[in-house]
Formats: sequence, C-alpha cells, structure tokens
Amino acid sequence: MPGAPDHGMAFFLTRSGGVNKAMEAENVLVRMVGICKEFPGVKALSNVDFELRRSEIHAVCGENGAGKSTLIKVLTGVEHNETGDIYLDGSPIRPKTPMDAQDLGISTVYQEINLCPNLSVAENIFIGREPMKMGKIDWNEVNKRSALALARLNIKLDVTGRLDEYSVAIQQMVAIARALDISAKVLILDEPTSSLDKNEVANLFRVMRKLKEQGMGIVFITHFLEQVYEITDRITVLRNGLLVGQFETAKLDRLQLIAQMIGKDLAEFEKAIKQDTGDQAKVQETIFFQGKEVGRHGTINPFDIEIKKGEVMGLAGLLGSGRTETARIIFGIDKADSGEVFIDNQKVKINSPEDTIRRGMGFCPENRKIEGIIANLTVRENIVLGLQGKLGLWKFLSMKQQLEITNKYIKILNIATPSTEQLVGNLSGGNQQKVLLARWLATNPELLILDEPTRGIDVGAKAEVQKLVLELAKEGKAVLFISSELDEMVRCCDRMAVYRDKTKIGELQGDEITEMKVMQTIAGEAG
Amino acid sequence: MKNLRINTNFIPLIITICLFCGLFAIGSVVYRGFFSMQVVLNLFVDNAFLIIVALGETMIIIMGGIDLSVGALIALSTMIVGFSMANLHWPPALAILAVLAFCSLFGFVQGYLITYRKFQPFIATLCGMFVARGLCFLINQDTIPIKDPFFITVATTRIKLMDGAAISLTVVIAFVVLAAYIYLTHYTKFGRTIYAIGGNEQSARLMGLAVDRTKVLAYTLSGFTSGIAGIVFCFYMLSAFGLHAVALEMDAIAAAVIGGTLMTGGVGMVVGTVFGVLIEGIVQTIITFQGTLNSWWTRIAIAFLLLAFIVVQRILVIRRESKKRIRPVEFI
Amino acid sequence: MEDKNKLKKRLIDYQMFWPLFALTVLLAFNFFFIKDFFAIEIIDGHLYGSLIDILNRATPLMFMAIGMTLVIATGGIDISVGSVLAISGAVVSIMIGGDMVFLNGEQQYVSHYPIVLALLAAIAVSVVCGIWNGLLVAKLGIQAMVASLILLVAGRGIAQLITDGNVVTIYYKPFFYIGSGFLLGLPFSIFLVAAFLVLILWLVKKTAFGLFVEAIGSNVVSSRFTGLNVQRMVWACYAISGLCAGIAGLIVASEVKSADSNSAGMFIELDAILAVVLGGNSMAGGRFLVMGSVIGALIVQALTTTIYAIGVPPEVTMVVKALVVVAIYLIQSQAVKSKVKTQATPPTLKSKEAQA
Repeated sequence: MPGAPDHGMAFFLTRSGGVNKAMEAENVLVRMVGICKEFPGVKALSNVDFELRRSEIHAVCGENGAGKSTLIKVLTGVEHNETGDIYLDGSPIRPKTPMDAQDLGISTVYQEINLCPNLSVAENIFIGREPMKMGKIDWNEVNKRSALALARLNIKLDVTGRLDEYSVAIQQMVAIARALDISAKVLILDEPTSSLDKNEVANLFRVMRKLKEQGMGIVFITHFLEQVYEITDRITVLRNGLLVGQFETAKLDRLQLIAQMIGKDLAEFEKAIKQDTGDQAKVQETIFFQGKEVGRHGTINPFDIEIKKGEVMGLAGLLGSGRTETARIIFGIDKADSGEVFIDNQKVKINSPEDTIRRGMGFCPENRKIEGIIANLTVRENIVLGLQGKLGLWKFLSMKQQLEITNKYIKILNIATPSTEQLVGNLSGGNQQKVLLARWLATNPELLILDEPTRGIDVGAKAEVQKLVLELAKEGKAVLFISSELDEMVRCCDRMAVYRDKTKIGELQGDEITEMKVMQTIAGEAG
Repeated sequence: MKNLRINTNFIPLIITICLFCGLFAIGSVVYRGFFSMQVVLNLFVDNAFLIIVALGETMIIIMGGIDLSVGALIALSTMIVGFSMANLHWPPALAILAVLAFCSLFGFVQGYLITYRKFQPFIATLCGMFVARGLCFLINQDTIPIKDPFFITVATTRIKLMDGAAISLTVVIAFVVLAAYIYLTHYTKFGRTIYAIGGNEQSARLMGLAVDRTKVLAYTLSGFTSGIAGIVFCFYMLSAFGLHAVALEMDAIAAAVIGGTLMTGGVGMVVGTVFGVLIEGIVQTIITFQGTLNSWWTRIAIAFLLLAFIVVQRILVIRRESKKRIRPVEFI
Repeated sequence: MEDKNKLKKRLIDYQMFWPLFALTVLLAFNFFFIKDFFAIEIIDGHLYGSLIDILNRATPLMFMAIGMTLVIATGGIDISVGSVLAISGAVVSIMIGGDMVFLNGEQQYVSHYPIVLALLAAIAVSVVCGIWNGLLVAKLGIQAMVASLILLVAGRGIAQLITDGNVVTIYYKPFFYIGSGFLLGLPFSIFLVAAFLVLILWLVKKTAFGLFVEAIGSNVVSSRFTGLNVQRMVWACYAISGLCAGIAGLIVASEVKSADSNSAGMFIELDAILAVVLGGNSMAGGRFLVMGSVIGALIVQALTTTIYAIGVPPEVTMVVKALVVVAIYLIQSQAVKSKVKTQATPPTLKSKEAQA
C-alpha cells in the first residue's frame, strides 16, 4: 500500500524518476516537508508532506479529522506548525498570519464565504487595499478595477450592488476575484462546491481550468469524489493526520481512493452494515404520513409523498434539488403554501415542529452543530430535551428518570462520553450525531427524519447509524433518509423519491434501487 | 463625485429626510411662527452637542459595538473645564486640551478592554459611564459656573446668515465634525474597515484587515468626540455639573436608529444620524409650541418614533431574507 | 452514582464560587475595617445593624436581579426595568395617595382605593410592560437592547403622565409595611424576596422552565427544532422581568413614601445587570444561576454600604462598582483562558477538527 512517508527529495525522486529532478524542481510551486502540528491532546498532523506544481489542480482528500483543514491552515498562516518546512518557489517561508500568506501570493477561498455581506461587490474585492487619490478613496477606480477583476472570470455584474444581493455561487466568484487580484500564485479552494448547483459548479470549473492554464497552482479540497475525478490532476490523501499518499488522478481508480481514505477493505465495510439486518421484513402497507400537492413557493414545487411504517424512505438527488426543503416542510420547520397533509389518515394542519413532534415525528438536521445539538448543554440535557419538550413545562422528568434515559441510550447507541454531564460540544462529530439520535429515539417517534446523518463522522459511527436506521424500520417505524452518499442510500432504503431542481421527479422501489438507476433518474434518462 | 452605492442603500436616509420634512410641514401648518428659518436653525443650535456625540455613537454602532459612556463623558468634560478654569485658574486652551486628551484616553481604555480583554462593549462602556459620572462628583459635588470670557464669547456669538436667522459657533463646530466623519466613514480605509467589522468581524480578520487596531482606534475616537461634544456643551450651558447629559447616550442611540443605522452593525450613515437628531429636536419644538403638553411627552413621542423605525427596519430585514431577490449576472 | 456525584460537583462547583467569594471578601473587609459592622442590636423587638440594613436595602435590587437573570439567560436584556419601577410606583401612589379624614375625632389617612386593588393594579401594569417588551423581542424578533430601549425612553414619560408631573406623597400607613415594616424582627421585604425566590427557584428547578430557558439561550435554532415553544418561553421571561420591576417599585415607593417619577429607579437597571454579571452569569445567555444574581445584588448593596460606612462620598460608589466589575471580568476571562488550555478530557482529533 503506498504512502509510507519518505522525506524530502527522495520521495519525489521515486515518483518521478531521477532524470526529471531538475525539471520537477522548477515546476514545483509549494512544497511542505515533514509538517507536524499538535493541538492540546491531539496530533492533527504528523510528518506530512505536500507538493503543489504550477498549472496544476491538486485535490486534498480525507475523511473528517484527517488533517486537511489543518494542513491548509498551516500553509496560510492561520496555524503554526511545530516542525517541518514550507517552500514557495524554492525559498523557505514562514507565514505567521493570513496577511503574510496573502502577501506571499497564497490565497484561500473558504467554504463559508469570508466576505462582508453588507459591503458592495467592488468593496469586498478591494477592501484594505483601496486605491487612494489625494487622501481619499478613489471609488471610481475601485469600481473600475473590480469590474475588470470579475471580467477575468468572465462575469459581468453591477459591482456597486451589495454582496448579499447575489447568489452564493457569485459571492464565491467575488471571493476568488479578490484572491486573484491580491496574489496570483497559489489559490486554495476549501470545499467550494458544497452550496452550488450543477451549472454553478460547471462555471467554477471553467474558471479553475482557465487559471490553471495561466500557470496558477490550485489546491482543491473536497469530499465530492466525482468532482475530484472531473477536474484534478493529482490527489493527496490524508488519514488521521498522516500522509497516505500522493497520486495521479488518472491512475487511481475510485474504489482505490476510497480504500485509501477510509483504510478499510470495502467488502468488510459492506459486511459490517448488512450483518444484523438479515432478510428484509415484508413490506408494510400502513401509511403514516401522506402529503398531497404539498409545496412552498420558491422553495419546493408541489409534490405527493407517502411514507409508510416499517420502511426506510429515501430522498435522493443532487445538492440543491430540494431534499432538505422537503424534509423541513414535512417536519414543520417551514410552512407549506399549498396542499394537504395527513398523518395516520387524519388531516392535519402543521404550523410548527411542535405539531409534528406531538404526532410522533423527529428530525435530525443536516447542520447538526448549529441546528441539532446544543453544544453548551450536557449529554443528558441534550438527550432528554426532546422528550421533555413533548411532555411540556410542568411534567418535569426527575433527575433519576433523566439519568435512566440517558444511560439507556448511551448504551444502546454506544456513545463515547466520559459521563452524562459532559458538554456535547466536546464530543466528536459521530458521538454528537448519536446524542442527537438518542434525543429523538427517547421520544419514541413514529417517523424519524434523518438529513445527512453520516456526514462528517468516522466510518465506525457511520456503520452504526446505518444499522440503526434498518433496525428502526424492522421495529415498524417509518424513516425518511437523506444522504449525499448514494451507496448508503441504496443500502438502506426500501423506497426512494428522486428530486431534481426543486421538484420531485420520480420514485423507485425495491429492486429498482441501484446506484445506476438512481443516477439515471436524476439525469432524466429513460429506462 | 464618488460613485455612490446604488439606491437601495439610500432608501433609509430618504425615509428619514422625508419624515423630518413631514414633521416640519405639520408643525408649520399647525402653529404660527413655526415656519421660519430660525426654528430650523435652532434645531442645530440647541442640539449641536447631541449631533456631535451621535456621530461618534453611530460609528461605534456601525462597527457592531455600543458606547454607553458618552453622556457621562460630556458631564466629565464640563467638570474638567469648569474646575480647572475656576479653581486651578487654567487658561481655556489648556482646559480644552486636557478634556480632549482625557476623553481620548478614556475611550482608549474602553477600547482596549473590549478588544483585547474581550469585554462586551455594553459592560465595558457601562462601567465607563459609572466611572465617569463618579469622577465628576469626586471633583466637585455641585455645579460650577463657567465665567471665563473666552467661553462666554463663543457661547454668545451669533453668526447671522440672513435677516432673522442666526446660528451659534457651536453649530459650525458640529458641521466641522460632521464633515470629518463623512470623510472618515466614506473615504478612508479606517472607516471602511469599521463597516467591514460590523458586517462580519471574522471575515474582516480573514481578509487581513487590522481589526483589533481599528476597534481600539474607533473607541478612542468616540471618546475624543465625546470630549468635543462636552466642550460644546460647556458653550451651551456655561456650567459644569455631574448630572449634565444624563441618559444622553440613549438619545444618541435613538438618533442613530432613526437615522437608519442598524443595531446589528454594518449598516448606517452619519448624515442619517444628523437627521435623526433633527427629528428629535423638531418633536421637542412641536411640543414646546403646543404649550400645554409637558416636556415629558417628548420622551414618549421619541420612543414612539423609535418603535416605528425599529419595527419597519425589522420588517424590511425579514422581507429581504425571505424573498432573497437574487440579482442577475451576465456571463461574458 | 458516579453521574450523580459529578452532577453535584458541577452544580456547586464553578458558578457559585465567585459570587460567594466576592461577598465574603467584602464582608471580611468590613469586619476588619469598620467598627461594629457585624453588630446587631434589638430595639423594640426589631433587629437593627449594618448587615440587616444591607439586606433590607438590597431587596428591590434582588427582585430586579432575579428578573434580569432570566431575561439575560435567553440571550436578551431588559434596560427598561428602571422605568417600569417608576411606573409601578406612580400607579400605586396615585391609587393610594392618602386623603386626610377625621375618624373618631382623630386625623387619619385613608387611601383612594382599597390597598389590595392598588397593589394589584401596579403589578398588573408592570406585567403588561414586561409583556410589551416580550412582544417586541419574542414575536417581532427585535433586538432586546433596542426593544427595551423604547420603554426605557417612554417609561418615565408614562410615569410622569400618571402622576401629572408631580411627586406624589403617600400617607397611608398600612402601605409602609411593605418597605419599612418588620416581621419576626426582620424587615418584611426580606420575606417578600425570600418567598419570591423560593417560587422562582421552584419554577426553574422543579419544572422544565430552567432547562428550556438554558436551551433557548444556548442555541435558539436547535431549541426550536426540538419542538420548544421559544416565543412563549422568551415572552414569559420578559413578563417575569416586568413583574419583578413592579414589585421592586412597590418596595421603593413604600420605603420612600412617595413616587418621584423622574428619579425613581434611576440607574437601577445598571445595578441589576451588574448584579447578574457578578453572580457569574454570562451576558451571552445560556446557563444561568438565579442564586448567583441574588448574591450579586447583595454584593452591590454591600459595596454601597461599605463605602458609606468608610466615609467616602456616595458618588464614589459608582466608580467603585464599575472597577469591581472590571476586576471580576478580568479575573474571569483569565480563568476561562487557562481552563481552555488544560482541558480535563482532551478532545478527540475529530472533535478538534470539527471545532476548527
């Protein structure tokens, strides 16, 4: 298995052959050697090497906790490495602040657009470096030059408009334009496509290819493997703070990449899931939730849906297709403009989550840190909160009851926590997800909605969550399951609703559910 | 002229100006003698110090903070001036310098605590207010009249603009400060950094802006501005007293909000704040003209206006977030 | 069992330590530097002494601090409480006043309206004020500072309206009992506070109220998605704050035997906020400790009394209060910094990544 880290030039020699050593050196833009970074109690990076060439798009892949973010933060001066060296164009550098990195020519565009929404597009591009004339900011110049900067990305818009009046994809372009205008050597894109639709991704890639042609080195951090294969030249894989290897994209097949990232035999992985589920229970016919022509203007077009007890219903589709929006309407976070909703064959009016929770629903949101767990409260408080919310203000669970419930679910879900009084914010992502699940399980829901429950958690926890989903269905509960990982969906779902561009476009059942079929349905191909 | 931001940003200002004109129109229609230049100019004469202090407050609010110490600093300024001239026999120039220096230092300390010691602005400036007022009384328990000839001259000088319309020197000072603030907020990096911090402080940092330095400087400047306002207040009242300008910070904040500044930060214009002060002043004028209503009706009226503006701002913000009108973009 | 012990430890642990420590230091200082500070004498069956005095004078502030704690815990603030206090005083004084009549050949004062009605009216008005604030903050989503600013500005005007701009003196004797009367040797207002405190503590600990407020203050979105009725809870907290301000207004009016709409409760909102902060509560909301704020109120009052006792001019109290708060904040922020560096349970690599 590739990846035992060799240091310095030797590593690159073995990859590229001795004769090309000189040429390689010229082409190398950034080189990081032997980087180590520790946080209290945690080794984020151990002896990691990284190399970026000119005219290259280089992906950095790894599960959460692999060290991708830390590596980039070290390169851009947000964090400081304890040992190791960084070279830019052959000269050693030691960026101490983001400004240093910026001055050196290394720019980053983060996942959360780090611009100021209240300022104009032009100002966002130039703030901190505005051209001055006679002691005053020369706004004409600012506007002119920012228009030019955007034109370089083939975009034309009103640069005096507020940033937040434009779509997220455009805001990202503005961030890139700013980065380019400041420095033109290295561009780092940290999960840039997470909030973009297909067209916007295509546009971003067009820009990236153009910049690559102009000699720029681009670091592309992403978890979308299809995109890695579409646009990158090389891939660096990290796992648990260690360098697993550096590969050429064209020569590494997808399965191998995943294996490198999760370091497990794929077959073993599948086995872990299917282990306890045995044969599927016979298909239930009782409908728990039924929606007719339910829609919300501007968010999701009217759809019909039936969620049956004892089955796992999946919502499949690309990012932005309307899956989460559907879940939110079903749960009552957003109000529907149209249609009727029936729960247990009774027509109901849903105004808020209180209504749906009372009727036996639960929801694990996509953004578990901000919308799910309450970081400052303890494990116990987080777990009992759902049940307590259902019981109301006056029927307060005694401490004994609370501890009972908490310990019960710590055991069932295998939550790793030193005690029930640990603050949830201190747990790992996987355990936080489990606490969230425990919260809803404690309310004994009839329908549990899970939006990306396995995102950003380690493989072991992923398997446990999927197992739980299948078990719930076996017990006769209904589960609504959303995941970007198609193989997960195929493994767990009995039925699937497919979405594209904020519309439900089809449904698949039983044997029809294969990755191929789903992708075809999304793509709109017949058959 | 600079390329001004597109109209949407000016709408709050236009609304405020319309409100002012509307109130003036109502007053003119209902009361005799209201429709005169002097009435308008008196708004400036009587509120010059409030205008000055509200400008500083606006800057701080745009940055996402708050300064509750401004009223207390005004009182302290009067006390320093009064005491130093009457009891220590300092020349006016020295007294003024002392005030400006002290108030700037005061602002600096608050800024330091907020920026580097992570104090919440509310708490830090609240403590500042307490300390400043307390210091007033430590210096002198009662009022000290200001009898210095320089001060009296400035206080009584009137600049005639036309027949029956005159302003005091303090108004000129206020306009100078206004000009300085317009320049700062729209034409300097410092000012734009303040807007950036108010919009998203973390982003501002990541963009490499000198956030910490700007914050400290802003609070120092606010202190300095309060000092100027305090001196203007001396010209206006010709006395020093620890209970001067009580709750003035609330008037300043109200003026900023009515002028279109969002308490959440990142949005606001100093010109709007000036109109906010004028609106507060004209409400007071209307009530004075009315004659029978007690002056505490002014408080209620201003509170009502504040409420109206806040509710409307809130509705507009909610509308903007839900509609999310995405602007079109061309690909070339 | 382990968990129960850990629970106890956490409860007693960090939060209560600082306020109690501060109060102890203050009292110790008084013990050493002020003659007869701890002396308590009994006159006419009533206890008198500096300690009793502190307790007595602190009661309005303690009420305010209780209400303010809840509001701050939800992540908001209520700067209108001083004005509500003034309104409450104005209502009760107008309704009671005191007409002089001759009964049995003696001069006596009777109140305009039955005292119970007057008290209820004052409290009702205060609660309405709290509900008004709650409407702006919870229903309309207006920033708390801005929303309560409105009532702060208007409130005194309203109070003036009620008393017609005058200072209304109250002559009705039975009313004085609230602020100046004694029960079992101790000032009556102390019992009022104690009873109210018991009620609030019951509400916070024996019902889900405390948990819900802490959840909402810590993460309002997650709370909403968990099905908590955020609006109702926040609204309730502001209503309680109004109630507290109203009761405090009654005590003050009773002590001073009048209602001065201009100056009643001036700056008390600031004292209340200081009390809450001194009590170890965070201005950002989330976890809260009512008892801490009550002790904070005692600290504020003890400070004031100490300063009087030393013979320093009263205005200095303001400076000292401010400096004490600054000192406490500085110490607390240092403590937090060092706590983060040496975490008891080292976070896993994944959690650090997630945090970073």
